Amino acid sequence: MSALKLKKGSTSHSAYNLRPTFSDVVEKHTLAVLVENEPGVLARVIGLFSGRGYNIESLTVAEVDHQGHLSRITIVTAGTPQVIEQIKAQLGRIVSVHEVHDLTVEGPSVERELAMFKVSGKGDKRVEALRLADIFRANVVDSTLETFVFEITGAPEKIDAFADLMRPLGLTEVARTGVAALPRGD
Amino acid sequence: MVVQALIDQGVDTVFGYPGGAVLPIYDEVFQQNSIKHILVRHEQGAVHAAEGYARATGKPGVCLVTSGPGATNAVTGLTDALMDSIPIIVLTGQVPTFMIGSDAFQEADTVGITRPCTKHNWLVKETDKLSDVLHEAFHVSTSGRPGPVLVDIPKDVQFATGSYSAPKPSTSHYQPQVKGDMEAITELVAAIETAKRPVFYTGGGVVNSGPGASQLLRELVDATGFPITSTLMGLGCYPASGDRWLGMLGMHGLYEANMAMHGCDLMINIGARFDDRITGRIDAFSPKSKKAHIDIDPSSINKVIKADIPIVGDVGHVLEDILKVWKSRGRKTNSEAVAKWWSQIDEWKTVDCLKFEQKGKVIKPQYALERLEALTKDHDRYICTEVGQHQMWAAQYLGFEDPNRWMTSGGLGTMGYGFPASIGVQMGHPDALVINVAGEASWLMNMQELGTAMQFNLPVKQFILNNERLGMVRQWQELLHGERYSHSWSESLPDFVKLAEAFGAKGIICSDPDDLDDAIMEMINHDGPVLFDCLVEKHENCFPMIPSGKAHNEMLLGEAETQGVIDAKGSVLV
Repeated sequence: MSALKLKKGSTSHSAYNLRPTFSDVVEKHTLAVLVENEPGVLARVIGLFSGRGYNIESLTVAEVDHQGHLSRITIVTAGTPQVIEQIKAQLGRIVSVHEVHDLTVEGPSVERELAMFKVSGKGDKRVEALRLADIFRANVVDSTLETFVFEITGAPEKIDAFADLMRPLGLTEVARTGVAALPRGD
Repeated sequence: MVVQALIDQGVDTVFGYPGGAVLPIYDEVFQQNSIKHILVRHEQGAVHAAEGYARATGKPGVCLVTSGPGATNAVTGLTDALMDSIPIIVLTGQVPTFMIGSDAFQEADTVGITRPCTKHNWLVKETDKLSDVLHEAFHVSTSGRPGPVLVDIPKDVQFATGSYSAPKPSTSHYQPQVKGDMEAITELVAAIETAKRPVFYTGGGVVNSGPGASQLLRELVDATGFPITSTLMGLGCYPASGDRWLGMLGMHGLYEANMAMHGCDLMINIGARFDDRITGRIDAFSPKSKKAHIDIDPSSINKVIKADIPIVGDVGHVLEDILKVWKSRGRKTNSEAVAKWWSQIDEWKTVDCLKFEQKGKVIKPQYALERLEALTKDHDRYICTEVGQHQMWAAQYLGFEDPNRWMTSGGLGTMGYGFPASIGVQMGHPDALVINVAGEASWLMNMQELGTAMQFNLPVKQFILNNERLGMVRQWQELLHGERYSHSWSESLPDFVKLAEAFGAKGIICSDPDDLDDAIMEMINHDGPVLFDCLVEKHENCFPMIPSGKAHNEMLLGEAETQGVIDAKGSVLV
């Protein structure tokens, strides 16, 4: 149960428990959307966000239950509480959507993202990049005499911080997976 | 297989237009007699006709069109049905599966194009899955908040043989909740018991919930004695002749209805969605009231207006529970305060906001509708409209005693909706008097359907209020754009009588108020489609009106009040 007394699987909850304050504060929320794994389902979800003018800060999608034909879409979005409630309700009415979970309000959750950074440089900068990568527990997955490709996993903030450090050291390319998230405990 | 699925779903009428990619299904249609196929003249007409049929009968409407242009022509109708929550099933042909993506002749990405304008859609690539998808399409379209669905069927899938399964109760995960939360219902009953200035605000959700919901609504309204107003979409759920009826509310709603909404202390929204035509300025919308909102779609709640008592559920089920709880708690209301509230409302009623003066030799549109009402109200009558001033006047001056009698494009505001819709209504009710109240500009948008009406002997009456203007556009230009009437007049209009005769229909023209009654009677008594060209006052404006960006208590009642009423902020609104 969440702070808003949302039952799990908010597609079936009663809106009676749903009383957002109409505040102007923009909040960032991580939503986990379980969808039927069928052609076009991602387009339905993304089309909803673009059609109604909502933000997508990050989005990941993959099949999570082959037998049950279920995929999990993890969306990080930002908006006022009213907009967030609308996003959840609008997602919930897509016929292919089974469940919508707001991990930000449904109790504590863990978020992880994987990223790869290509850093090119020589001499001191190259040594410094390697040293910092070690501190951040990033792995070297490819190396040439002038480049490294680092692989790093962590919360998005940690990856942002690593990117900031690598930039003056010759960061040339970045690939990020977007956030995957699960609630903690039961 | 497609035709078998439709028969098993109880379909008796299909509106459609053949083409290359849908020929195998048309071949099946040819070889059976259970389903009537109505050949329209344009696919947009097919979808609007299906909407009219659905709205008037309570059953889903079905369309059959071809790939490419057939599907893209259906898009306006699909969007219209989505906005007004009308259950329709559109079947489209598609190029064969092995040609999809090759820019084949008459290929379009139909499921891609229609994804945002349907409740759900399917592309069926395996014949074995076809029957299940068709049955599921009916389930999705009619369950929960109704809406349009589309099934795209490639031509090779139509040709192939596969196993057919008969309809069975849907086992899919899509099962919307219909029962309301009892805790919330009890809270609403408590509010009903103590309210001093209550008002019921009802909408199309009551119609969609079925005739039983309207009965329950009438029982609740009459038992509590609370005033009731309705949106454009909900007209007829409570009878216009009923004691508690305030008339329509909103931008062109009645003074007493809007003032009651503004001044109430308890607003009970039943199956309406706080549309912008209703609310006017949001921050000044009914500032002192507690708001209950009953809606089957959770996303409607708190979308525009914060609900103090939100109830997700089907209107019929929730009303039943409200009545049960209210009766079990002793049928209490604050009758003394409500009586006082009524005396205030009666005072507002004396403003008589719909008054007009018919003088001279030019027919006022209001007068034309008043006479139409007087001469047709005792008939088994169904009314459709196009979109614009005539639509608002029809809502104001015609009285609706029952639900499903009033078919109009509310959400999307589709000019060209009414004529094909009237054809669909007449198919559902062959012996009824079906009238489409139209403007000349809207009517011309789908005039080709006169051929359909003639071919199938559908005696639809097209009552055209002809002011040779795009009247609502003209009104806005007058109020908002310094009377610069940019492209809002209709030039080179056809002679509607000759046009009717060219199709073999009857045409009537009337320009003199003294001839109006006889002309209307002639229209009613003619057994066949009639094009009634009613020449009306060209510069009449539609009042009352809440100008853009204003509140309910800032209504304009007539010409004298219109100078400089819309400020810069309001002028960007539509």
